[in-house]
Amino acid sequence: MFHPLKRLNEAAKQAVHAVQSYFVLAWNAVRFIVARPFYGGDIIQQMDSIGVQSLAIVLLTGFFTGMVLALQFSVQMAQFGATMYLGRLVTASMIRELGPVLAGLMVAGRVGSGIAAEIGSMRVTEQIDALNTLGTDPIKKLVTPRLLAALVMLPVLTILADLIGIFGGNVIASLYVGIPSSLYWRTVWEQIAAGGFVLRYIPTDFIQGLFKPFVFGALISITGCFFGLQTSGGTEGVGKATTRTVVTASVLILTTDYFMTQILLYILP
Amino acid sequence: MSGDPVREGVDGGDDTAVSDLGFDGEADTVPRERASGYGRDATPVIELSHVYLSFESPLLDDISLKVAHGETLVIAGESGTGKSTILKLMLRLLVPDKGDVLIDGERINDLSFEEALEVRQKMGMVFQGAALFDSMTVFENVAYPLREHTDLDDDEIEQRVRQKLEYVDLEPDKVMAQLPAELSGGMKKRVGIARGIANDPAILLYDEPTSGLDPLTTGTITRLIRKLQREMGVTSVVVSHDMRSAFQVATRIALLAKRRIVFLGTPDEMAASKDHYIRDFLGDL
Repeated sequence: MFHPLKRLNEAAKQAVHAVQSYFVLAWNAVRFIVARPFYGGDIIQQMDSIGVQSLAIVLLTGFFTGMVLALQFSVQMAQFGATMYLGRLVTASMIRELGPVLAGLMVAGRVGSGIAAEIGSMRVTEQIDALNTLGTDPIKKLVTPRLLAALVMLPVLTILADLIGIFGGNVIASLYVGIPSSLYWRTVWEQIAAGGFVLRYIPTDFIQGLFKPFVFGALISITGCFFGLQTSGGTEGVGKATTRTVVTASVLILTTDYFMTQILLYILP
Repeated sequence: MSGDPVREGVDGGDDTAVSDLGFDGEADTVPRERASGYGRDATPVIELSHVYLSFESPLLDDISLKVAHGETLVIAGESGTGKSTILKLMLRLLVPDKGDVLIDGERINDLSFEEALEVRQKMGMVFQGAALFDSMTVFENVAYPLREHTDLDDDEIEQRVRQKLEYVDLEPDKVMAQLPAELSGGMKKRVGIARGIANDPAILLYDEPTSGLDPLTTGTITRLIRKLQREMGVTSVVVSHDMRSAFQVATRIALLAKRRIVFLGTPDEMAASKDHYIRDFLGDL
């Protein structure tokens, strides 16, 4: 009776400690954004790795998601004779939810695992210790550039995923449902304008759609770095770190998406 | 020397063998035959004073030792006795549970992370597996500390990198553009040493510099450590269980067993020791 409670106590302590370490890492990574020296080359390299090299998979996912949305909606909306509003539904779904979430999940799988594997390998081969002994803070050198790159590139990838997804919807609307492209794009704009504008020119939907990937970028990069830096136990440890990163980042993306949607709908109805 | 005999061991017991190194060598339960009685005026470059460390179980108990300027101390012992941990304490990658670690007389236990980074700039470290940054070329690896901590321009950095690579008997034109994955084990170790000395540190720490190397390459690395001692006068701490190499490079040897230093003295004193554990440890040497 005593031992299970003791174990539970230990597990709870470890969990709290892990959460604390996660936030300390995140805080330090943010703090170093404004501290010298700046690793500009590393930031550019990470922007290429996180953004440019993820482009193909994000565009592919966005395009087919837009097509499948249009396909599903067209079947349902045909029952009410409302297929002309296909553009509005595809646009709302892509910009508000699917663009950010799918781009986030794709990048979590491709980039988050890569970050964890790279930093985990550096940990087990003592390269992190080497950085320390050479007078470099590993968080500043490894975590901050990845965080900055992800903060910039996730919104960019999301915009492109949104665009290609809406275009995918257009392909199905015109080829399969028979809605003219001009009508489709007009309803796309009607949807964007329907939510109103912030500061006169920025559509409210865009605020929602771009705030989320910003947060997802932080979650993916910090989670990958966190599990990478915590790696122990050789190559097996590296494998575990990558798996934990993908699972944790994906769960965090999906759960924070819900809460962010709640908050954003309250602030920007 | 008075006080707790357990914590002070037999350190003060034999002050007759005078060395020219400048201070006391301290250890617990050190056999009588070890050298001691260094003068007490000079500040040791590295000092561990009654250091205790444990993780899930105790790892180091009451470790005390001092390393003088220009000295090469070899820390020997069986695997898993905490030899490399002592290096990490010196680098302040770990902080002891109890006791003090001093570098140039400055207590480093309580330094902030940023302050510790500054102290580490006085030191070069050669890792067991070389720990070269595998995404960087040999040139970038050796140039790394220069880019981080000096204002040298690109030409000066290249000149310095070439000089250091030549110093460790590597041909700069052949290796500079290579990635660590393209190098042999011995070449990696030498590049690791070149990186360690790039900033001309006052202290060099080696973690198992000859492990996993063939006898010829082991000889090359051993000669290189002696060359660095002779020509650069760096203070060195070498963690090794390769006693043949240790006897060639050491000014003094500390033997670690069961979480404590059980011997601290010169190689000659170790070779002459009648202690059973030391005889067993040295084997056929």
